[in-house]
Amino acid sequence: MKASVIIFPGTNREHDVADVLESVSGRKPQFVWHSETQVPPTDLIVLPGGFSYGDYLRCGAMAARSPIMRDVIAKAKAGTPVLGICNGFQILCESGLLPGVLMRNASLKFVCKEVWLRIEQPDTIFTSRFKRGEVMPAIAAHAEGNYFADADTLDRLESEGRVVFRYADPQGNVTPEANPNGSQRSIAGICDERRRVLGLMPHPENASDPLLGPTGGRRLFESLVDNLVGAA
Amino acid sequence: MKARIIITLKNGVLDPQGKAIENAVAALGIGGVQSVRQGKFIEVELAASSQAEARETVERMCRELLANTVIENYRYEIEG
Repeated sequence: MKASVIIFPGTNREHDVADVLESVSGRKPQFVWHSETQVPPTDLIVLPGGFSYGDYLRCGAMAARSPIMRDVIAKAKAGTPVLGICNGFQILCESGLLPGVLMRNASLKFVCKEVWLRIEQPDTIFTSRFKRGEVMPAIAAHAEGNYFADADTLDRLESEGRVVFRYADPQGNVTPEANPNGSQRSIAGICDERRRVLGLMPHPENASDPLLGPTGGRRLFESLVDNLVGAA
Repeated sequence: MKARIIITLKNGVLDPQGKAIENAVAALGIGGVQSVRQGKFIEVELAASSQAEARETVERMCRELLANTVIENYRYEIEG
């Protein structure tokens, strides 16, 4: 699996995700700078976490309009899988590849802690190693992760099975206490119509190595290898 | 020409920063405040030669970058 990790000024989690991608696939991902106009041929595009453009104007707003994103959007529309984590999720929403927006956390505080995500949709290339209702650990590290969309959009996401992750307790119960940021309907991650573009706020790549703690996030990347190796 | 753009959160969109300001105002003992909503104010110098041209530029800026119309409304005035 040949993955491409896009780097914007202010991105800071590119090595975290590249490390896990290399570990599961045996191939070093290529880094692509935001001012490039083409992503080289690739099986997977990753928009990593960080603070692109210093979060100026709105999180992800500037990055979503940078030169490389025109090609990312074109490739996503042509079927190339895209994974956006944290700031990457914000960029996907700002670019229109995913609906809704990530607002300031309801608590107004930066949230930095381990969270549990209930798998709502195992039928994606990102979650095929999970069963519905299972929980995956991940590390939340954001101040703007409060998912918002109008009621019609939320209903559409639910009815189309596009809510992939919800914040839950370690037993998989979706409770208000388990929601770290005020996200509507406890949504932690969603995908596009074809289930090939996924955005999520917490970091599975930081829950993938025993050195850092929980390792259950690794299965997301292993799912990608299962589904994408030999794809291109 | 100069444009003054005001971006506000749509009604019904939760504004935790506005709420925090509301609480701080109350903590200062300033009464008579019913609610606070926070937004953005952006000033732009334009090279446009007509009002119509200026409006077109500002309209595009707002729609394509400055406001996220999922949660925000924008309005502007142009002078000069």
